[in-house]
Amino acid sequence: MTAKPATGRAPLLAIYATLVFAFIYLPIVVLILYSFNRDGVGGFPPRHFTWNWYSQLFADSSIWDSVLSSLIVAAASVVLALTLGLLAALALDRATFPGKILFRRLVLLPLILPGIITGLSLLMFAVFAGVHLSLLTVFLGHGTALISVATTELFAGLQKMDRAQEEASLDLGATPWQTFWRVTLPNLQLSLIAAGLLIFTLSMDEIAVTFFLIGRDNTLPLEIWGRLRRGITPEINAVSTLIFAVSVGLIVIWYHLRARSLSGTSQEPLEQPGEFP
Amino acid sequence: MSASPTNPPEQSAAEVAALLEIRNAAKRFGAVDVLKSISLNIASGEFLTLLGESGSGKTTLLRLIAGFEPPTAGEIWMGGERLDALPPYKRRVNTVFQNYALFPHLSARDNVAYGLRVKNTPASEISGRVEEALRMVKMQDFATYRPSKLSGGQQQRVALARALVNRPQLLLLDEPLSALDANLRKQMQSELKSLQREIGITFLFVTHDQEEAMALSDRIALLRDGALEQVASPREIYAHPATAYTAQFIGQTNLLRGEIRGSMATCDALRWPLEGSDGPVTFSLRPEAIRLCADGKLETNEVKFRAAVRQQFYGGSSELLEVECGKGQVLRVRIPARGPLTGEHDFVFSMADAIRVRE
Repeated sequence: MTAKPATGRAPLLAIYATLVFAFIYLPIVVLILYSFNRDGVGGFPPRHFTWNWYSQLFADSSIWDSVLSSLIVAAASVVLALTLGLLAALALDRATFPGKILFRRLVLLPLILPGIITGLSLLMFAVFAGVHLSLLTVFLGHGTALISVATTELFAGLQKMDRAQEEASLDLGATPWQTFWRVTLPNLQLSLIAAGLLIFTLSMDEIAVTFFLIGRDNTLPLEIWGRLRRGITPEINAVSTLIFAVSVGLIVIWYHLRARSLSGTSQEPLEQPGEFP
Repeated sequence: MSASPTNPPEQSAAEVAALLEIRNAAKRFGAVDVLKSISLNIASGEFLTLLGESGSGKTTLLRLIAGFEPPTAGEIWMGGERLDALPPYKRRVNTVFQNYALFPHLSARDNVAYGLRVKNTPASEISGRVEEALRMVKMQDFATYRPSKLSGGQQQRVALARALVNRPQLLLLDEPLSALDANLRKQMQSELKSLQREIGITFLFVTHDQEEAMALSDRIALLRDGALEQVASPREIYAHPATAYTAQFIGQTNLLRGEIRGSMATCDALRWPLEGSDGPVTFSLRPEAIRLCADGKLETNEVKFRAAVRQQFYGGSSELLEVECGKGQVLRVRIPARGPLTGEHDFVFSMADAIRVRE
């Protein structure tokens, strides 16, 4: 009885799902296909395979300058967001202080706020503070906005950690500081890596906040956006394909680590039994 | 032994060479008095067990000594030093945790070495002491394994080695065997006991299992609702429970409630002469203190009663009877195994075995 409507609905559901996925992913597929199309963005279907656009792309120094800018901003944002996020997560996990609940909500605010608001307010701040817009302001924007991501991830990691381990460490004569470095941080290792990857990815393709804070050096997304105004070139398809591949790679790694750190079997394989620092 | 059934004499012996002195220690969480003014001395080299139901405060007392919680009131002294003012890492006390709390990212060997490393012990000394500790708990072949690769019993051994390698003056064990299955538990009990004798470290052992407490301890401190009910050796506490609670908690017993009037004790159908001021009274009478009296002959100072066998539980070498003597009074009787028994029989017990207890 209950199975019948389900089987009756199944083909419709399958068609519906296919359409939704097609709507989302077909443009990406087209983009990837045309990055290998000799005739560029025109002509359907793509007929002749070529690496040409990729070699043009690799010869284009302004693209690579922007990639370098993006990498620098992303790496620095990871460090800043993880450091401050870890401190916030520790405070949320183990300290009691007045206004803790408010703090907990506030720290998550950048996750919910539209990038325009964050970008605009940071821009106004930079103007008031008399700071010239540059990659530094972009980095500060990304770093602070992404603290919320770091805090959520690391707080989850701390919550599932067995506090008895820290007590055991103190019991064995380790100072609180030694305990933090030797027990707490190693336990958070997977959360730190996962949060770092996520922050890196988010910073790499951030546009809204970046747009308000950018100085002379473009980040990669802004460089692409700037070129698009002069029309879509196959080179853009090529660079987009590369970004897509790297992003998917990072997200797969992040997802894997997260699943492992949540399932608690995190300490299993990594390496054969042996010495550890 | 039967001369003074109430005050345990061992207390004074412990005071002579007390390693740890707990003076009126109290702990309050919010509005709850988890510990109410505990005073207890632990002698050097002693195996003392804190016994109690869950919620009796035994783990809290352990945590006060380890330094994970500050006492709300009172003091703890160890070897002439005020302990409760020190942070946990400055106390010469080590703990074996209930769920072991091994470091999952470190091998068994590195877990054991942890305490020595953080105290900057020379590497040459560390390796020797770690190997020695692993050998002591028979885990030398598993030195390179991570905790997740070890069984519960093996983790238990590593946790023990990790604590003992620091040569603490006092080892705290928080229900260390409760996670093990029955067979392994018995085996670990015996190993724990011989280990303690061998190395001579003072053990403070927490458990809710009275059999375990009886089998292992030099003395048992029975906790009830955050207060010490009785502190005595296992034999003393079993033979002379001070209170009805102790009598029931440690082993099985019959609690006889009645009164003394005119030098005569009366508990329902049972009556025997007893000096004492008139008033209500409670006795603890162990099931094995009652015997079947086949020939009807009575020794001096024995009380005889007639009762009907209601239930019989066979237990191998002995059997437990539930017998009913007039007025619906049911007593449990443990006798050597002798085959099925029905109908009415004569039973006797010695008056000295009816131990007067406080309610």
